[in-house]
Amino acid sequence: MERMPKWADVVLVPLVSVLLALIVSGLVVLYIGENPLEAMAVMVRGAVGSSYGWGYTLFYATNFIFTGLAVAVAFHARLFNIGGEGQAALGGLGVAVVCLSVPWPHWSIALLAATLGAAVFGAAWAAVPAWLQAKRGSHIVITTIMFNFIASALLVYLLVNVFRVPGSMAPETARFAETMHLPNASQFAGFLGFRPSTPLNVSFFLALLACLSVWLLIWRTRLGYEIRAYGHSETAAVYAGINPVKIVMVTMLISGALSGLMATNAVMGEAERLVIDNVQGAGFVGIAVALMGRSHPVGVILAALLFGALYQGGAELEFEMPAISREMIVVIQALVILFTGALDAMVRMPMEKIFQSLRLRREAHTRVAGE
Amino acid sequence: MDFLTILQILDSTVRLATPLLLACLAGLYSERAGVFDIGLEGKMLAAAFFSAAVAFTSGSVWVGLLAGIAASMVLAALHGVASITFRGNQLISGVAINFLAAGLTVVIAQTWFNQGGRTPSLSGAARFQEITLPGAEALSSMPVIGPIYSELISGHSILVYVALLIVPLTWWILFQTRFGLRLRAVGENPAAVDTAGVSVVAMRYAAVLICGLLCGLAGAYLATGLAAGFVKDMSAGRGFIALAALIFAKWRPWYALMACLLFGFLDAAGSRFQNIETSSTLILILLIAAAAALIWTARKSKLDLAILGGLAAILLVVAALVMVGIGMGGIVIIPVQFMQALPYILTVIILAGFVGKAIPPRAGGEPYVKER
Repeated sequence: MERMPKWADVVLVPLVSVLLALIVSGLVVLYIGENPLEAMAVMVRGAVGSSYGWGYTLFYATNFIFTGLAVAVAFHARLFNIGGEGQAALGGLGVAVVCLSVPWPHWSIALLAATLGAAVFGAAWAAVPAWLQAKRGSHIVITTIMFNFIASALLVYLLVNVFRVPGSMAPETARFAETMHLPNASQFAGFLGFRPSTPLNVSFFLALLACLSVWLLIWRTRLGYEIRAYGHSETAAVYAGINPVKIVMVTMLISGALSGLMATNAVMGEAERLVIDNVQGAGFVGIAVALMGRSHPVGVILAALLFGALYQGGAELEFEMPAISREMIVVIQALVILFTGALDAMVRMPMEKIFQSLRLRREAHTRVAGE
Repeated sequence: MDFLTILQILDSTVRLATPLLLACLAGLYSERAGVFDIGLEGKMLAAAFFSAAVAFTSGSVWVGLLAGIAASMVLAALHGVASITFRGNQLISGVAINFLAAGLTVVIAQTWFNQGGRTPSLSGAARFQEITLPGAEALSSMPVIGPIYSELISGHSILVYVALLIVPLTWWILFQTRFGLRLRAVGENPAAVDTAGVSVVAMRYAAVLICGLLCGLAGAYLATGLAAGFVKDMSAGRGFIALAALIFAKWRPWYALMACLLFGFLDAAGSRFQNIETSSTLILILLIAAAAALIWTARKSKLDLAILGGLAAILLVVAALVMVGIGMGGIVIIPVQFMQALPYILTVIILAGFVGKAIPPRAGGEPYVKER
């Protein structure tokens, strides 16, 4: 017997969790001595009140869709990939290698090649932790954390010693050639008022395409079925003839590739060169996004939009209310992870009770009416 | 390298190993009781901020220490509530705590001190001072033993000695007391402990709170002993290195000391010598030997060959680059970034189980559900 109607499970529980997170964040703002409602209004206005705000909100959301999908796919196999940060950094390296080594004649071909480069590099960075989990039983959480640190050291080394433009002090690669610059929103949606400086670019559509692909993969293919079966019960999956080593490897490679794809937006679309710390925590935001989105692509899109708005709104907030530092976003992010992830049962149990007592009352009612 | 340089490196090894050791022992209690804790980093950071902030306002480092411990224990209790009472995912809870600490410390620091998310510098009684052990002055003129005693053993802050004392204490608690036996049993087979009439929930809460206490010491040492005040993200991944050391030590106290000293030494050597020079012949031999070992290990399975062969190929490419660029008998500079990544690389190698397999407590990460 279902304890709760499906809509409550899918919509109500995450909403209540996010509401709790926002309430606690509001208390923090109150403690700082600012008005939380006013802060909220500033954030909303900054994030979605202008085409300028929308450009940044959707740009951040594009990053978070990729990293959120990465965590979500791994969650389906009950793997916790917290290495999105490192995999996305390596994805950036892949994009840089592709864009700097070949003079692509047109951005569309360059984007195809960069997509491949980003996915391959991201997947490669996930391959070793995946192998360690699949064959050696080392915990994927620990190994992916270690690989995040190794990735950041590797990237610093490469940017300082290998890719740095001769004569320049900045640890970053050369700018990608003009022909490879991705069209931004002012070019394909200029009628909506996007200015040429907006960071929103065509990789937003790539992110939506990735969502569709993940949905097809997880719910419409044999492999997706195997991934979900493995996630529900490893023993049952093995009994059904599913190869656990294959599932862990393939799931993590897909997850790493999705993280890596983030670089098509951040590195190729916006920075147009590889800089140190090109990921800026998006890999970790992916965890919150996947948790809030219940590991479903549609949920991931909605959660990514919310976090995109938070990031852009947070930047505006820091501008208008200097007392609230930008780290407030990190606090909100932490609270969302806490309430939707770790304290899920705390939110769920009382709601299950309410729905159960409602149903009992209804049943009693119909029984009385029947008699 | 002269004697004094070695002594100085060892001296900073001890300093840098102390926060690692405290955090590592903190993790040891928690994970031995079956509660994974990747929130060591966050607890350290929170303790660092609150100890520095309160030490600055009160002028007493001891009051600061208490505040740091309290902050860390609040987060530990939160982890306990999420992962023991509500049986949530312990890893996700740890991630949340890390972010919570990273965000809140800066937000509150900005409100309290308005210095861009840091505390003012501490001095005088608001910092842990170096303790000169008795006889250090008198002995310092003696050859060899004198400098070792006065430079290396004496002259650290009290928390360094406390950390070193906690190692045997932890060993004694875990392996010689009834509490320790139960704590370990809760991490291996909680159902058995429950059957014996001991509360699994109480044991796990105790372990998690001890973890909070020790992380509090670690964080306070960072901000009031090692440094003079709090700066944003000052734990700088030490919580994760401590986690690595814990795995490296296979969840044992004495090994934890060794692992933390090793990682502290890597840190000290890395910051003392920005670029370490080695003979290229040695590097070439090491790279090729490692590649050969990887391929040898992988010879039996296609998947292993794909992964380990790929790693071996990367090593061989690096070897080829060294060969072309420098040749045999030249000098190779080991990049400082490699030294920084070494603790993590070593941990991955240990996790791979090529050199002694690290087996975690069996019930680690699983919430305990009492049978009805």
